[in-house]
Amino acid sequence: MSELFPRKQIMGFVFSLVLTAAALTVYFLHLSFAQGMAVLLITAFVQALLQLVVFMHAGETKDKWIIYGKVYFMIAMALITVFGTLLIFLWDM
Amino acid sequence: MDFFDRFAIPNPSIAIYASMVAIGLTVVAIIAGLTYFKKWGYLWREWLTTVDHKRIGIMYLISALIMLFRGGVDAIMLRAQLAVPDNKLLDPQHYNEVFSTHGVIMVMFMAMPFIFAFMNYVVPLQIGARDVAFPRLNALSFWLFFFGAMLFNISFVIGGSPDAGWTSYFPLAGNDLSPHVGTNYYMMAIQISGIGSLMTGINMITTIFKMRAPGMTLMKMPMFTWSVLVTNLIIVTVFPVITVALAMGTMDRLFGTHFFATTNGGMDMLWANLFWVWGHPEVYILILPAFGLYSEIISTFSGRNLYGYKSMVASMVIISALSCMVWAHHFFTMGQGALANSFFSITTMMIAVPTGVKIFNWLFTLWKGKIRFTVPMLYSLGFIPLFVIGGVTGVMLAMSAADYQYHNTMFLVAHFHNTIIPGVVFAMLAGLTYYWPKMFGFMLNERIGKWAFWLLSIGFCLAFFPMYITGLDGQARRMYTYSEATGYGPLNMLSFVGAGVMAISFALIVYNVYYSVRYSPRNIGADPWDARSLEWATHTPVPEYNFAIEPHVASSEAFWDAKKKGHELFPGKVEKIHMPNSSGVPFIMSAIFFVFGFSMIFSLWIPAIISLIGIFACMAHRSFENDHGRYISVKEIEETETKLRGVN
Repeated sequence: MSELFPRKQIMGFVFSLVLTAAALTVYFLHLSFAQGMAVLLITAFVQALLQLVVFMHAGETKDKWIIYGKVYFMIAMALITVFGTLLIFLWDM
Repeated sequence: MDFFDRFAIPNPSIAIYASMVAIGLTVVAIIAGLTYFKKWGYLWREWLTTVDHKRIGIMYLISALIMLFRGGVDAIMLRAQLAVPDNKLLDPQHYNEVFSTHGVIMVMFMAMPFIFAFMNYVVPLQIGARDVAFPRLNALSFWLFFFGAMLFNISFVIGGSPDAGWTSYFPLAGNDLSPHVGTNYYMMAIQISGIGSLMTGINMITTIFKMRAPGMTLMKMPMFTWSVLVTNLIIVTVFPVITVALAMGTMDRLFGTHFFATTNGGMDMLWANLFWVWGHPEVYILILPAFGLYSEIISTFSGRNLYGYKSMVASMVIISALSCMVWAHHFFTMGQGALANSFFSITTMMIAVPTGVKIFNWLFTLWKGKIRFTVPMLYSLGFIPLFVIGGVTGVMLAMSAADYQYHNTMFLVAHFHNTIIPGVVFAMLAGLTYYWPKMFGFMLNERIGKWAFWLLSIGFCLAFFPMYITGLDGQARRMYTYSEATGYGPLNMLSFVGAGVMAISFALIVYNVYYSVRYSPRNIGADPWDARSLEWATHTPVPEYNFAIEPHVASSEAFWDAKKKGHELFPGKVEKIHMPNSSGVPFIMSAIFFVFGFSMIFSLWIPAIISLIGIFACMAHRSFENDHGRYISVKEIEETETKLRGVN
């Protein structure tokens, strides 16, 4: 019976609900802007990774390095874009 | 009548009324022709509903050529207006609209479909696949592009064209300074076709990673396939940025938000930033498949394998990463400090290194080769020196201090045309000539093709080299006229003559198609160029299933090895083949997208909501549809094979 029970998926679902609730506290707890953004950013990225690994089955096939490779590439490019924009508009404007 | 006033052209002229009549007559002629020759059913069954990558590729190709004509007419109008000082041919508003649409059409609706045409047609053949990974999605990509392009093209007869440049910078593109609907067209049309491009990106990456023939490891893929893989990786990385930027711009214009406004916490410079985060990688999206085509062509017509395969792959991967780190060089003069400008200067100059590696690899491929001067080869050989000039002036522009002199002058215009025309347009025309026999079963006439090449190259030099000089003398881009005292007159006249020569060359290419349809021999076999990669190993015309037996590959030039070294390309026997079914849903869904875009542009909310529901209904239909494709039986395959083999 235990091998039929989708333990991983149930755990993932519960954890994603917890992450959503944690993000929601930013609204109710009147955090400062920096604290609020920190909570939102962390929960958002963990949530995205959770969805990718648990529910979109990344890492379950032999060619998982392709999927992860693309994810790392995209994350690197996104970070470059964000920090480059900050450099242009905030740190050196 | 108030309702219909919004569709009126804000700045009508005789030229626009004439185009309205011309468009009306063309539509009537097409409908009448299809009805008279009873081709509606054929059109629907064989083309509008097809999911075959080869037919989709050909439709991309036809669209690209039509858009090349439209963008070319725009270019001639621009050069005619600037040919003499104080010219009155176009009024300033009309000039603004023409240069804006020229840029958008050439980049989004000419160059993009041109590269998609070759991606679609060639990549599955080159990797020995039966189709792309998601054939239905592929059809949707094409029709989204097509209806986006049509939406953009009706702007100049209904409501007015965008006039804020192809970059459409805010605040100029905002409601205050661009009150008429033109910029709405820009936002919606690029959005719709951009979604299609993003889908193609996902589709091609999956196809290349998952559907290669047995034995074809990543490092045994032909160079064009490699370039397409890297290109689509960039597409998937950066197209979401333009999607979001366009959505924000649309909300600014239609719903009164202030993302790019100068008031209420908006930031107009953020548009320029987001636009170029997408826009700079976009030019590499255009040039990398061109590099791939050149690699195939140069290696075929030198009779040699490509020099430095690994360094070619490495340089493309490095270019793809660097291309996302240089965007600020488009606005060095916007006001950021020396540190930011220096950073982006250096990354920009670094791109010259991998590009230089590629240039040397092509030269070494030519070295001691048995070179055949065919038309595709002429374009490739013309590309090398002309593109180097464009690259060197690019490094000049990359120096941020010096850029204050070049910025927004004709020097810049000369530079990017100098990279895009010999880089992309030459590659597309070379690819067109090279793959024409595979697509249509006969070759284009070499003699006329060579005339077209020489006229295009000479016309190009005449048209754009003078702009380097007038640019350094201070002629600004996007100015509709200049006074005689500036002294720009003679060189601009020379540019106009060059543009005319390029137009003659385009006419020759069209004539070449007509001439070759009538007179070219049809018994050319499957491999007329004595080529090297897998797409030439199947029959001409290519059967629906591409390869009767799955090819087995042991090198990046499998077909060459099969011809010269006796490598067994098709071991095994014919088995039944699983193929996808045709579907009309992509066409219908994209047509609804067109209605949606049009309604949004004119703020017609009720039709916009209804068509949005229609779009979701199409997606729901797909989700619940039970379509397992169909099988082609062994008997049918063997009949087709016998028939096609008879030709050879």
